[in-house]
Amino acid sequence: MNGVHDMGGQQDMGPVVHEKNEPVFHAPWEGRIYALTRAMRAWRKWSLDADRHALELMPPVDYLRMSYYERWVHMLEAQLVQYGLVSKEEIERGQAAPGSTKATPVLSLATSDRWLTRGIPSSEDPHVRPLFNVNQRVRARNINPTGHTRMPRYARGKTGVIVRDHGVYLFPDTNAHCQGEKRQHVYSVRFTARELWGERASPRDSVYLDLWDDYLERA
Amino acid sequence: MARLPADDIRQAVPSDLTLRVKSLESLLVEKGLVDRDALDALVDTMEHKVGPRNGARVVARAWIDQAYKERLLENAPAAIAELGYTSGQGEHMLVVENGPTVHNLVVCTLCSCYPWPILGLPPVWYKSAPYRSRAVIDPRGILREFGTELTEDVEVRVWDSTAELRYIVLPERPAGTESMTEEQLAALVTRDGMVGVAKL
Repeated sequence: MNGVHDMGGQQDMGPVVHEKNEPVFHAPWEGRIYALTRAMRAWRKWSLDADRHALELMPPVDYLRMSYYERWVHMLEAQLVQYGLVSKEEIERGQAAPGSTKATPVLSLATSDRWLTRGIPSSEDPHVRPLFNVNQRVRARNINPTGHTRMPRYARGKTGVIVRDHGVYLFPDTNAHCQGEKRQHVYSVRFTARELWGERASPRDSVYLDLWDDYLERA
Repeated sequence: MARLPADDIRQAVPSDLTLRVKSLESLLVEKGLVDRDALDALVDTMEHKVGPRNGARVVARAWIDQAYKERLLENAPAAIAELGYTSGQGEHMLVVENGPTVHNLVVCTLCSCYPWPILGLPPVWYKSAPYRSRAVIDPRGILREFGTELTEDVEVRVWDSTAELRYIVLPERPAGTESMTEEQLAALVTRDGMVGVAKL
């Protein structure tokens, strides 16, 4: 989706503000929403890709105005309702609906270590063949999917060189929407700064993106 | 200067967020969907167990042990696990090495991807619109804002974390540190140095 979250290359966002001795969480509620979000993911009702897409679906004005963890509050509430773990009414009332059944938490203190070490799905699946090779010139396809995608706008239509094959990963464009894992290879693709940004960019500089087979074509 | 998005001004926290998250937590506990002890453990891990100190130990080890450095550059997750660090968001880490004529910078333009197990949760600036937008188009300007001026003969490599690979920069070992112990070296390594917005 061509959304406000796809920020690479914008120039009007102001200076980077560096906070000295920044705490991990700026207020207790930030830590709680962080932990709630991770704990609820343990139910495996939705993927990390789906969480990312839920953030992307926020109105752009809210996305820019809200702090990072405030966005997470909206994301978690939206996911809980969309995937049926709680109802909108329950969130509004802060109470379980009368007569609703009580679950047993998936993530407990005893199992939290196991959950935290559970990896991001990838595989060395030898049956998934790479479509491209290291050192091959490729073009990032000019695609504009209306759902989730991990292909930034600033790279579309640009030509680069594959520098590494990272192996096989789930395809976010389908996985975020529960439309299948569509496992395929992901590559590190090097684009020169001049290819991306034109002649004023430094001739030595480059940007590396990790891109799936479906994002690429032969150049 | 133009207006700043909320991420860049630490505002007083709206009290309604405190109440809203409390209310959500008690609802999820009431429904048996979460366990308060597990939530406490998750917060405690991020506040006290995981953080840039982990990454600093990895860097210091790489500086003093050439064989370890080679393993780290070849297979970062395995080399990092040798020092006891494994957890979510870091299974597919890659270490990129700075040198006299190469400088690496890590960003996630689309969200906030970051190597949690060895750097902890990302700072606000890393997740902010100013950093995410300009790191790819003006990395030298970003570095300047962080106090580092790179000369034209240095090649800048920006790593946009668009997939599930997580990047950490292996900074150059500062001059004059030959006699330091591994522990003393680790104390020199900063989070900013491992993201690549600063040199050590």
